[in-house]
Amino acid sequence: MMHQHDTDCKMILNNLSAYIDGELDEDLCQKIETHLETCQNCRIVVDTLKKTIDIYQKDGEKTTLPPDVRTRLFACLALEDDASRDE
Amino acid sequence: MSKQTHTEPIDLEALQQRDKKAFAQLVNQNSNRIYRLALKMVGNEQDAEDVLQETFIKAYKSIEGFEGRSKISTWLYRIAVNESLMLLRKRKDGVTHIDAGIKQDNGDIIPRQIIDWCCLPEKELMSSEVRDHIRKAIQTLSDANRAAFLLRDVEGLSTREASQALNISESALKVRLMRSRMQLREELTAFFKGRMAEENV
Repeated sequence: MMHQHDTDCKMILNNLSAYIDGELDEDLCQKIETHLETCQNCRIVVDTLKKTIDIYQKDGEKTTLPPDVRTRLFACLALEDDASRDE
Repeated sequence: MSKQTHTEPIDLEALQQRDKKAFAQLVNQNSNRIYRLALKMVGNEQDAEDVLQETFIKAYKSIEGFEGRSKISTWLYRIAVNESLMLLRKRKDGVTHIDAGIKQDNGDIIPRQIIDWCCLPEKELMSSEVRDHIRKAIQTLSDANRAAFLLRDVEGLSTREASQALNISESALKVRLMRSRMQLREELTAFFKGRMAEENV
C-alpha cells in the first residue's frame, strides 16, 4: 500500500519540470512546497535538477563563435562582414 | 540564460528580396546562437561549422518560405536542428542511442541517485573538468531529447518557441525536456558523487 508521503513524492516527480519552470497553478505549487519542507529526498532532486540546468546554461554562455569560423561563414555566403559585431 | 542581443530589427521585406546587407545583419545577429546549438547537437567543431554554414545557405535559399508566424531566430533554429539531425543520421553506423541510466515506471522518471551536490563551491561546479564532463553527458541523450533540452534550457526559448522549432506539440516537447533534464541530473549526480568520495578519502 502506498502511503500519503510516497504519493506526494510521486506527484512531485510527475510535475517536476513544470514546477521548476513556474508553470503550475498556485494550489499545486503550494502543495509541492509544503511537501518539500518535510521531504529531504525530493528537495535534493529539485535542487540538483535546478543546478544541472544552471550549469548547462552557464556553459552555453561561455560558448561563442570562433572568429575564424565567423570569417569562413561570411566568405562562404559571399557577404561582407561588418567589423562592428552585433552579437 | 543564453540570449543574443538584437540591436536592430531586420527588414523582412529586404531579406526576402535577398538584400545582401539585410542578410549580413541576419547572420550577424544569429550566427553565435546557431553555432552554439550546432556544436552541442553534433559534439565537435568541424561538424558544427558545417551545420552553421548549411543553415545560413538554406535560409538564404528559402527565405521566401518564412511567413513570419514565428521569430526568425526560431525559424533558423529549426533549420539548424534539421541540419544537425541529418548529419547525425549520416554519421551513425548502426549504433542506436538508448536512454541508459534512467528508469521509467509507467511513464514516470524515477531518480536513482539522491545526493546533494549543490553545496559544492561554484568554482568546482564550473571547473574545466566539469564542463568537459557535461559536454560528454549531453551526447548520451537521444538526438530528439538533446534538441529539446538545448533549445529550451540552453538557448532559452519558450516551450511554444521550442515546440515550433522542432515541429512537435508543446506536450511532446515537455516530455522530451523532462527526460533530458532527469537524465542529465543523474549523469551529473554520478559524476559529483565520485568527486565528493575522492575528497573524503
